Amino acid sequence: MAKIIVITSGKGGVGKTTSAAAIGTGLAQQGHKTVIIDFDVGLRNLDLIMDCERRVVYDFVNVIEKDATLNQALIKDKRVENLFILPASQTKDKDALTLEGVERILAELSESFDFILCDSPAGIEQGAYLALYFADAAVIVTNPEVSSVRDSDRIIGLLQSKSRRAEKGEAPVEEHLLLTRYNPERVENGEMLSIEDVKDILAIPLLGVIPESESVLAASNKGIPVILNDDSNAGKAYADAVSRFLGEEVKHRFIEPEKKSLLRRVFGR
Amino acid sequence: MNVSIFNYFRSRDKGSASIAKERLQIVVAHERKQRNQPDFIPQLKRDILDVIAKYVQVDQEDISVSLDKSDNCSILELNVTLPSA
Repeated sequence: MAKIIVITSGKGGVGKTTSAAAIGTGLAQQGHKTVIIDFDVGLRNLDLIMDCERRVVYDFVNVIEKDATLNQALIKDKRVENLFILPASQTKDKDALTLEGVERILAELSESFDFILCDSPAGIEQGAYLALYFADAAVIVTNPEVSSVRDSDRIIGLLQSKSRRAEKGEAPVEEHLLLTRYNPERVENGEMLSIEDVKDILAIPLLGVIPESESVLAASNKGIPVILNDDSNAGKAYADAVSRFLGEEVKHRFIEPEKKSLLRRVFGR
Repeated sequence: MNVSIFNYFRSRDKGSASIAKERLQIVVAHERKQRNQPDFIPQLKRDILDVIAKYVQVDQEDISVSLDKSDNCSILELNVTLPSA
Protein backbone atom coordinates (compact mmCIF):
# COMPACT_ATOMS: atom_id res chain seq x y z
CA MET A 1 0.00 0.00 0.00
CA ALA A 2 1.43 3.33 -1.02
CA LYS A 3 1.19 6.48 1.05
CA ILE A 4 -0.47 9.24 -0.97
CA ILE A 5 0.97 12.72 -0.37
CA VAL A 6 -0.48 15.89 -1.86
CA ILE A 7 1.79 18.87 -2.42
CA THR A 8 -0.57 21.80 -2.25
CA SER A 9 -0.79 25.52 -1.41
CA GLY A 10 -3.84 27.26 -2.84
CA LYS A 11 -1.72 30.13 -4.12
CA GLY A 12 0.32 29.76 -7.29
CA GLY A 13 4.03 30.36 -7.64
CA VAL A 14 5.00 29.45 -4.09
CA GLY A 15 7.06 26.40 -5.06
CA LYS A 16 4.69 23.43 -5.24
CA THR A 17 6.27 21.79 -8.27
CA THR A 18 9.82 22.59 -7.10
CA SER A 19 8.95 21.01 -3.76
CA ALA A 20 7.21 17.99 -5.31
CA ALA A 21 10.26 17.36 -7.51
CA ALA A 22 12.68 17.76 -4.59
CA ILE A 23 10.72 15.70 -2.06
CA GLY A 24 9.92 12.95 -4.59
CA THR A 25 13.57 12.74 -5.57
CA GLY A 26 14.59 12.68 -1.90
CA LEU A 27 12.20 9.84 -1.05
CA ALA A 28 13.50 7.82 -4.01
CA GLN A 29 17.12 8.52 -2.99
CA GLN A 30 16.33 6.98 0.37
CA GLY A 31 15.25 3.81 -1.39
CA HIS A 32 11.47 4.27 -1.56
CA LYS A 33 9.78 3.60 -4.87
CA THR A 34 8.14 6.94 -5.64
CA VAL A 35 5.95 8.39 -8.38
CA ILE A 36 5.17 12.09 -8.80
CA ILE A 37 1.90 12.85 -10.59
CA ASP A 38 1.35 16.25 -12.20
CA PHE A 39 -2.31 17.18 -11.59
CA ASP A 40 -2.04 20.51 -13.41
CA VAL A 41 -3.89 19.48 -16.55
CA GLY A 42 -3.46 22.04 -19.32
CA LEU A 43 -0.46 23.67 -17.64
CA ARG A 44 1.99 20.86 -17.09
CA ASN A 45 5.39 21.80 -15.76
CA LEU A 46 6.68 18.95 -13.66
CA ASP A 47 8.19 17.47 -16.85
CA LEU A 48 10.36 20.58 -17.32
CA ILE A 49 11.43 20.73 -13.68
CA MET A 50 12.39 17.04 -13.88
CA ASP A 51 14.04 17.37 -17.30
CA CYS A 52 11.88 14.78 -19.02
CA GLU A 53 9.81 17.05 -21.28
CA ARG A 54 11.13 15.40 -24.44
CA ARG A 55 10.25 11.94 -23.17
CA VAL A 56 6.51 12.53 -22.68
CA VAL A 57 4.50 10.29 -25.00
CA TYR A 58 1.40 9.48 -22.99
CA ASP A 59 0.04 11.39 -20.01
CA PHE A 60 -2.23 11.13 -16.96
CA VAL A 61 -5.40 11.87 -18.93
CA ASN A 62 -4.51 9.25 -21.59
CA VAL A 63 -4.35 6.67 -18.82
CA ILE A 64 -7.63 7.84 -17.27
CA GLU A 65 -9.32 7.65 -20.67
CA LYS A 66 -7.73 4.23 -21.24
CA ASP A 67 -5.86 5.34 -24.36
CA ALA A 68 -2.65 4.16 -22.73
CA THR A 69 -1.57 1.90 -19.89
CA LEU A 70 0.17 3.19 -16.80
CA ASN A 71 3.42 1.52 -17.84
CA GLN A 72 3.32 3.36 -21.17
CA ALA A 73 2.79 6.72 -19.48
CA LEU A 74 5.18 6.45 -16.53
CA ILE A 75 8.56 8.06 -17.18
CA LYS A 76 11.48 6.57 -15.31
CA ASP A 77 13.95 9.15 -14.00
CA LYS A 78 17.41 8.76 -15.49
CA ARG A 79 19.33 10.00 -12.45
CA VAL A 80 17.65 8.43 -9.45
CA GLU A 81 16.67 4.81 -9.06
CA ASN A 82 13.06 4.15 -7.91
CA LEU A 83 11.73 7.48 -9.24
CA PHE A 84 8.93 7.86 -11.80
CA ILE A 85 6.95 10.76 -13.23
CA LEU A 86 3.40 10.74 -14.53
CA PRO A 87 3.04 13.92 -16.59
CA ALA A 88 -0.15 15.98 -16.92
CA SER A 89 -1.85 16.43 -20.24
CA GLN A 90 -1.02 19.68 -22.00
CA THR A 91 -3.86 19.52 -24.52
CA LYS A 92 -6.93 18.25 -22.69
CA ASP A 93 -9.05 20.58 -20.58
CA LYS A 94 -8.99 20.48 -16.81
CA ASP A 95 -12.30 18.61 -16.57
CA ALA A 96 -10.66 15.56 -18.14
CA LEU A 97 -9.78 14.35 -14.65
CA THR A 98 -12.58 12.47 -12.92
CA LEU A 99 -12.85 11.23 -9.35
CA GLU A 100 -13.35 7.63 -10.52
CA GLY A 101 -10.48 7.84 -12.98
CA VAL A 102 -8.06 9.28 -10.43
CA GLU A 103 -9.14 6.69 -7.87
CA ARG A 104 -8.54 3.82 -10.30
CA ILE A 105 -5.05 5.01 -11.20
CA LEU A 106 -4.03 5.69 -7.60
CA ALA A 107 -5.22 2.20 -6.68
CA GLU A 108 -3.16 0.68 -9.49
CA LEU A 109 -0.04 2.69 -8.55
CA SER A 110 -0.59 1.78 -4.91
CA GLU A 111 0.15 -1.86 -5.68
CA SER A 112 3.77 -1.27 -6.64
CA PHE A 113 4.83 2.10 -5.18
CA ASP A 114 5.73 3.20 -1.64
CA PHE A 115 4.91 6.87 -2.13
CA ILE A 116 2.59 8.64 -4.57
CA LEU A 117 3.12 12.42 -4.69
CA CYS A 118 0.28 14.46 -6.15
CA ASP A 119 1.57 17.81 -7.40
CA SER A 120 -1.52 19.99 -7.11
CA PRO A 121 -2.39 22.87 -9.43
CA ALA A 122 -2.94 26.30 -7.84
CA GLY A 123 -6.45 27.35 -6.90
CA ILE A 124 -9.24 25.41 -5.24
CA GLU A 125 -10.99 24.06 -8.33
CA GLN A 126 -11.43 20.53 -9.64
CA GLY A 127 -7.75 19.74 -10.25
CA ALA A 128 -6.68 20.90 -6.79
CA TYR A 129 -9.64 19.12 -5.21
CA LEU A 130 -8.82 15.82 -6.95
CA ALA A 131 -5.14 16.12 -6.03
CA LEU A 132 -5.98 16.35 -2.33
CA TYR A 133 -9.07 14.12 -2.18
CA PHE A 134 -7.31 10.77 -1.74
CA ALA A 135 -4.37 12.06 0.29
CA ASP A 136 -3.05 10.38 3.43
CA ALA A 137 -0.65 13.26 4.04
CA ALA A 138 -0.42 16.84 2.81
CA VAL A 139 2.59 19.09 2.41
CA ILE A 140 1.30 22.66 2.50
CA VAL A 141 3.81 24.85 0.69
CA THR A 142 3.69 28.38 2.05
CA ASN A 143 5.70 31.57 1.50
CA PRO A 144 6.10 33.92 4.47
CA GLU A 145 3.73 36.39 2.86
CA VAL A 146 0.11 37.33 3.61
CA SER A 147 -1.69 36.00 0.53
CA SER A 148 0.14 32.69 0.62
CA VAL A 149 -0.58 32.13 4.33
CA ARG A 150 -4.24 32.97 3.89
CA ASP A 151 -4.60 30.59 0.93
CA SER A 152 -2.80 27.85 2.84
CA ASP A 153 -5.32 28.21 5.64
CA ARG A 154 -8.08 27.82 3.07
CA ILE A 155 -6.50 24.62 1.73
CA ILE A 156 -6.10 23.24 5.27
CA GLY A 157 -9.84 23.84 5.69
CA LEU A 158 -10.53 21.84 2.52
CA LEU A 159 -8.29 18.99 3.67
CA GLN A 160 -10.19 18.87 6.95
CA SER A 161 -13.64 18.88 5.38
CA LYS A 162 -13.57 17.73 1.75
CA SER A 163 -10.90 15.02 1.60
CA ARG A 164 -11.84 11.35 1.41
CA ARG A 165 -10.56 10.80 4.93
CA ALA A 166 -12.74 13.65 6.24
CA GLU A 167 -15.81 12.43 4.37
CA LYS A 168 -15.40 8.86 5.58
CA GLY A 169 -14.69 9.96 9.14
CA GLU A 170 -11.28 8.26 9.10
CA ALA A 171 -8.11 9.53 10.74
CA PRO A 172 -7.48 13.04 9.40
CA VAL A 173 -4.98 13.80 6.63
CA GLU A 174 -1.50 14.30 8.14
CA GLU A 175 -0.59 17.98 7.73
CA HIS A 176 2.95 19.26 7.16
CA LEU A 177 3.93 22.89 6.76
CA LEU A 178 6.75 23.58 4.31
CA LEU A 179 7.85 27.20 4.49
CA THR A 180 9.63 28.17 1.28
CA ARG A 181 11.53 31.27 0.07
CA TYR A 182 12.42 32.06 3.65
CA ASN A 183 14.84 34.92 4.13
CA PRO A 184 16.28 34.99 7.70
CA GLU A 185 17.86 38.44 7.21
CA ARG A 186 14.55 40.01 6.30
CA VAL A 187 12.84 38.23 9.17
CA GLU A 188 15.43 39.63 11.57
CA ASN A 189 14.77 43.10 10.22
CA GLY A 190 11.06 42.67 10.81
CA GLU A 191 10.26 42.80 7.10
CA MET A 192 9.08 39.23 6.73
CA LEU A 193 6.80 36.90 8.70
CA SER A 194 8.87 34.57 10.88
CA ILE A 195 8.56 30.80 11.19
CA GLU A 196 6.81 31.32 14.53
CA ASP A 197 4.38 33.84 13.01
CA VAL A 198 3.31 31.42 10.29
CA LYS A 199 3.13 28.47 12.71
CA ASP A 200 0.97 30.56 15.08
CA ILE A 201 -1.51 31.35 12.34
CA LEU A 202 -1.73 28.03 10.52
CA ALA A 203 -1.29 25.85 13.62
CA ILE A 204 0.10 22.79 11.82
CA PRO A 205 3.42 20.98 12.40
CA LEU A 206 6.49 22.31 10.59
CA LEU A 207 8.14 19.90 8.15
CA GLY A 208 10.83 22.20 6.85
CA VAL A 209 12.03 25.68 6.04
CA ILE A 210 13.58 26.20 2.61
CA PRO A 211 15.74 29.33 2.43
CA GLU A 212 15.34 31.69 -0.47
CA SER A 213 18.17 30.67 -2.76
CA GLU A 214 19.54 31.36 -6.19
CA SER A 215 20.14 27.66 -6.61
CA VAL A 216 16.38 27.02 -6.90
CA LEU A 217 16.10 29.01 -10.13
CA ALA A 218 19.34 27.49 -11.39
CA ALA A 219 17.92 24.04 -10.69
CA SER A 220 14.70 24.65 -12.60
CA ASN A 221 16.67 26.26 -15.44
CA LYS A 222 18.57 23.02 -15.82
CA GLY A 223 15.77 20.62 -14.95
CA ILE A 224 17.67 19.15 -12.02
CA PRO A 225 15.70 18.89 -8.76
CA VAL A 226 17.46 21.21 -6.30
CA ILE A 227 17.83 18.38 -3.77
CA LEU A 228 20.45 16.85 -6.10
CA ASN A 229 22.64 19.94 -5.65
CA ASP A 230 24.83 19.10 -2.65
CA ASP A 231 26.19 22.65 -2.45
CA SER A 232 22.81 24.30 -2.19
CA ASN A 233 21.33 25.28 1.17
CA ALA A 234 17.86 24.92 -0.31
CA GLY A 235 18.77 21.42 -1.49
CA LYS A 236 20.06 20.48 1.95
CA ALA A 237 16.94 21.92 3.59
CA TYR A 238 14.78 19.74 1.30
CA ALA A 239 16.86 16.68 2.19
CA ASP A 240 16.31 17.45 5.89
CA ALA A 241 12.57 17.82 5.28
CA VAL A 242 12.46 14.41 3.56
CA SER A 243 14.27 12.79 6.50
CA ARG A 244 11.80 14.42 8.90
CA PHE A 245 8.92 13.16 6.79
CA LEU A 246 10.34 9.66 7.16
CA GLY A 247 10.35 10.07 10.93
CA GLU A 248 13.91 11.17 11.66
CA GLU A 249 14.55 14.03 14.03
CA VAL A 250 16.61 16.62 12.21
CA LYS A 251 17.45 20.08 13.47
CA HIS A 252 16.29 22.98 11.28
CA ARG A 253 19.14 24.72 9.44
CA PHE A 254 19.51 28.00 7.52
CA ILE A 255 16.89 29.75 9.64
CA GLU A 256 19.23 32.29 11.24
CA PRO A 257 20.92 35.17 9.38
CA GLU A 258 24.44 34.43 8.21
CA LYS A 259 27.06 36.09 10.35
CA LYS A 260 28.63 38.93 8.45
CA SER A 261 32.19 40.02 8.92
CA LEU A 262 32.84 43.52 10.23
CA LEU A 263 34.09 44.72 6.85
CA ARG A 264 30.98 43.49 5.07
CA ARG A 265 28.85 45.18 7.70
CA VAL A 266 30.60 48.50 7.24
CA PHE A 267 30.45 48.42 3.45
CA GLY A 268 26.99 46.87 3.35
CA ARG A 269 26.76 43.25 2.11
CA MET B 1 21.49 38.44 17.31
CA ASN B 2 24.20 40.97 16.70
CA VAL B 3 23.06 44.36 17.73
CA SER B 4 25.14 46.93 15.97
CA ILE B 5 24.84 50.58 15.24
CA PHE B 6 23.89 49.67 11.67
CA ASN B 7 21.03 47.48 12.82
CA TYR B 8 19.90 50.29 15.06
CA PHE B 9 19.44 52.61 12.10
CA ARG B 10 18.01 49.88 9.93
CA SER B 11 15.40 48.92 12.48
CA ARG B 12 13.81 52.35 12.30
CA ASP B 13 11.15 51.26 9.82
CA LYS B 14 10.69 47.92 11.54
CA GLY B 15 7.31 46.36 11.78
CA SER B 16 5.68 45.49 8.48
CA ALA B 17 5.91 41.80 9.43
CA SER B 18 4.01 42.43 12.65
CA ILE B 19 1.33 44.29 10.72
CA ALA B 20 1.12 41.33 8.35
CA LYS B 21 0.69 38.92 11.24
CA GLU B 22 -2.02 41.01 12.85
CA ARG B 23 -3.99 41.36 9.62
CA LEU B 24 -3.67 37.66 8.89
CA GLN B 25 -4.86 36.63 12.34
CA ILE B 26 -8.02 38.69 11.90
CA VAL B 27 -8.86 37.56 8.36
CA VAL B 28 -8.06 33.91 9.03
CA ALA B 29 -10.18 33.82 12.20
CA HIS B 30 -13.07 35.37 10.31
CA GLU B 31 -12.79 32.95 7.40
CA ARG B 32 -12.54 29.91 9.66
CA LYS B 33 -15.75 30.91 11.36
CA GLN B 34 -17.52 31.23 8.03
CA ARG B 35 -16.05 27.98 6.79
CA ASN B 36 -17.47 26.02 9.70
CA GLN B 37 -21.00 27.26 9.31
CA PRO B 38 -23.52 25.04 7.53
CA ASP B 39 -24.27 25.80 3.88
CA PHE B 40 -27.80 26.98 4.59
CA ILE B 41 -26.77 29.97 6.73
CA PRO B 42 -26.31 32.52 3.89
CA GLN B 43 -29.72 31.59 2.39
CA LEU B 44 -31.34 31.67 5.84
CA LYS B 45 -29.91 35.14 6.31
CA ARG B 46 -31.38 36.34 3.01
CA ASP B 47 -34.79 34.85 3.82
CA ILE B 48 -34.88 36.48 7.24
CA LEU B 49 -33.88 39.77 5.65
CA ASP B 50 -36.74 39.47 3.16
CA VAL B 51 -39.29 38.90 5.92
CA ILE B 52 -38.04 41.72 8.12
CA ALA B 53 -37.76 44.08 5.16
CA LYS B 54 -41.55 43.78 4.72
CA TYR B 55 -41.94 45.69 7.97
CA VAL B 56 -38.76 47.70 8.61
CA GLN B 57 -35.91 48.99 6.55
CA VAL B 58 -32.82 46.89 7.36
CA ASP B 59 -29.61 46.00 5.56
CA GLN B 60 -27.82 42.68 5.27
CA GLU B 61 -25.15 43.98 7.67
CA ASP B 62 -27.76 44.61 10.36
CA ILE B 63 -28.46 40.91 10.62
CA SER B 64 -26.05 38.45 12.12
CA VAL B 65 -26.73 34.76 12.22
CA SER B 66 -24.44 32.33 13.92
CA LEU B 67 -24.60 28.71 14.83
CA ASP B 68 -22.70 27.52 17.86
CA LYS B 69 -22.27 23.87 18.61
CA SER B 70 -21.75 22.60 22.11
CA ASP B 71 -21.72 19.02 23.37
CA ASN B 72 -25.16 17.83 22.40
CA CYS B 73 -27.05 20.84 21.17
CA SER B 74 -26.68 23.60 18.61
CA ILE B 75 -27.68 27.18 19.25
CA LEU B 76 -28.82 29.34 16.37
CA GLU B 77 -28.27 32.93 17.35
CA LEU B 78 -30.07 35.63 15.42
CA ASN B 79 -29.26 39.26 15.97
CA VAL B 80 -31.12 42.02 14.16
CA THR B 81 -30.28 45.66 14.70
CA LEU B 82 -33.30 47.79 13.92
CA PRO B 83 -32.89 51.42 12.93
CA SER B 84 -33.63 53.83 15.77
CA ALA B 85 -37.08 55.47 15.78
